[in-house]
Amino acid sequence: MINIFEVNETNKMIDQENLDVRTITMGISLLDCVDADIDVVCEKVYAKITTLAKNLVKTGEDISAEYGIPIVNKRISITPAALVGGTACKTTDDFVKLAKTLDKAAKEVGVNFLGGYSALVSKGMTKADELLIRSIPEALACTERVCSSVNVGSTKTGINMDAVRLMGEMVKATAEATKEQDSLGCAKLVVFCNAPDDNPFMAGAFHGVTEADAIINVGVSGPGVVKYALEQVRGENFEVLCETIKKTAFKITRVGQLVAQEASRRLGVPFGIIDLSLAPTPAIGDSVADILEEIGLEHAGAPGTTAALALLNDQVKKGGVMASSYVGGLSGAFIPVSEDQGMINAVNAGALTIEKLEAMTCVCSVGLDMIAIPGDTKATTIAGIIADEAAIGMVNQKTTAVRVIPVIGKGVGEIVEFGGLLGYAPIMPVNSFSCDAFVSRTGRIPAPIHSFKN
Amino acid sequence: MKKAIITVVGQDTVGIIARVCTYLADNQVNILNISQTIIDGYFNMMMITDISAATKDVAEISEDLKELGKGMGLVIRCQLEDIFTSMHRI
Repeated sequence: MINIFEVNETNKMIDQENLDVRTITMGISLLDCVDADIDVVCEKVYAKITTLAKNLVKTGEDISAEYGIPIVNKRISITPAALVGGTACKTTDDFVKLAKTLDKAAKEVGVNFLGGYSALVSKGMTKADELLIRSIPEALACTERVCSSVNVGSTKTGINMDAVRLMGEMVKATAEATKEQDSLGCAKLVVFCNAPDDNPFMAGAFHGVTEADAIINVGVSGPGVVKYALEQVRGENFEVLCETIKKTAFKITRVGQLVAQEASRRLGVPFGIIDLSLAPTPAIGDSVADILEEIGLEHAGAPGTTAALALLNDQVKKGGVMASSYVGGLSGAFIPVSEDQGMINAVNAGALTIEKLEAMTCVCSVGLDMIAIPGDTKATTIAGIIADEAAIGMVNQKTTAVRVIPVIGKGVGEIVEFGGLLGYAPIMPVNSFSCDAFVSRTGRIPAPIHSFKN
Repeated sequence: MKKAIITVVGQDTVGIIARVCTYLADNQVNILNISQTIIDGYFNMMMITDISAATKDVAEISEDLKELGKGMGLVIRCQLEDIFTSMHRI
């Protein structure tokens, strides 16, 4: 029988250490909404989303009340829009129309984000893919809750450098289109390499074509819980350190598993995966950088940071995998800058640079995330940053991503405020040497030799 | 059997158990086990209850108990047992 200490431990994690279920994300396939007429597509898309996700928010709130665990976000991911609108959309305006429909559907069901305004172009772009990508700046500027992602490479296909170059331009154009809001549009745009089909976290969530008609994926978080657990083992050896992280990750994932099964049962939608990601928020005590400091660094970014993060990421995965048979998505540690007070402090202290963050992305679960850069950064430079990240992902057979925000009208040292979960960030300097000639080359970077496993 | 765990944390005062139990009796919640301890100087009580026959659902009971606790300067929670068993039992 459960005892009082166990009950107290769980409630303390929730009350004092920010344990929460970060998101219940319903993946919805929109492949059956394809039509030659864009108005018909929009009609079908709106009907399907508002029917399937009708009770999503209410169910999340009910589970939260009954188990006493906060469920912060309820979200939707959809089939990449380039596939859904491909037949009907002849212009970028057609795709923007679809984006507006998605936004309207998200508002109707009450979810705070809807992901999947996406294109998967890791080897090549269809006409529709390219149209969708070119529509992203306007789509993100005129919608509120739609998130966009583009997969530009994979270990199996190599890197589509034409798409990388185009995305450099689109990130810049999105920043311009939303400059009145400190280029906020870029916070809803992710460029991936090896994007997973079942990621429940925004802004990169989409419902892969390998998935069922509808699915429930759950993202659990809890950097504060890990930080607190590590405070209890200060000065101990690495074995104790790793064991503590693993056990904590196990406990957190079990809660996610329970919530996922319950949500799946109540909504009558199959359970997909649990994504155990240490996803920080700007709240004090909800920081991945704080964990790195607790492991023994003065600030995130100090020598040893990459090793500490590698250890953390791996132990989180090991604990999570023991706790649920279906762990997926990104699972590991996120290292966004603006959403993590410890990272912001590290940048302000001069300890953390983009180059160090890039090294950290070799071992974290995603990539360069929520980094504000000067508004005058060239599109080709952004493409160069994307290419570097994609190369890390491609060669290391891991997901990598870039979500940088060139803040129009602002420069290094200034602060940009995104608000809410997106936080605020000091603008970081970017290496100003040119990569124009490299990025201007057309075609693809071939897949690495170790991808040939057939 | 559908079980819920009720926890009470706060300063010890007269009549805590009596008032919680009265509420539970009024709503057909059966108490299976009570344990109590002092942690960091605070009164800590945990009840394992059977809510199969309860006249209200867990969310409602939880809300009522929270209000009851506020009146006495206590934090009272009611949560389905599964969250604890899934975290602490393999």
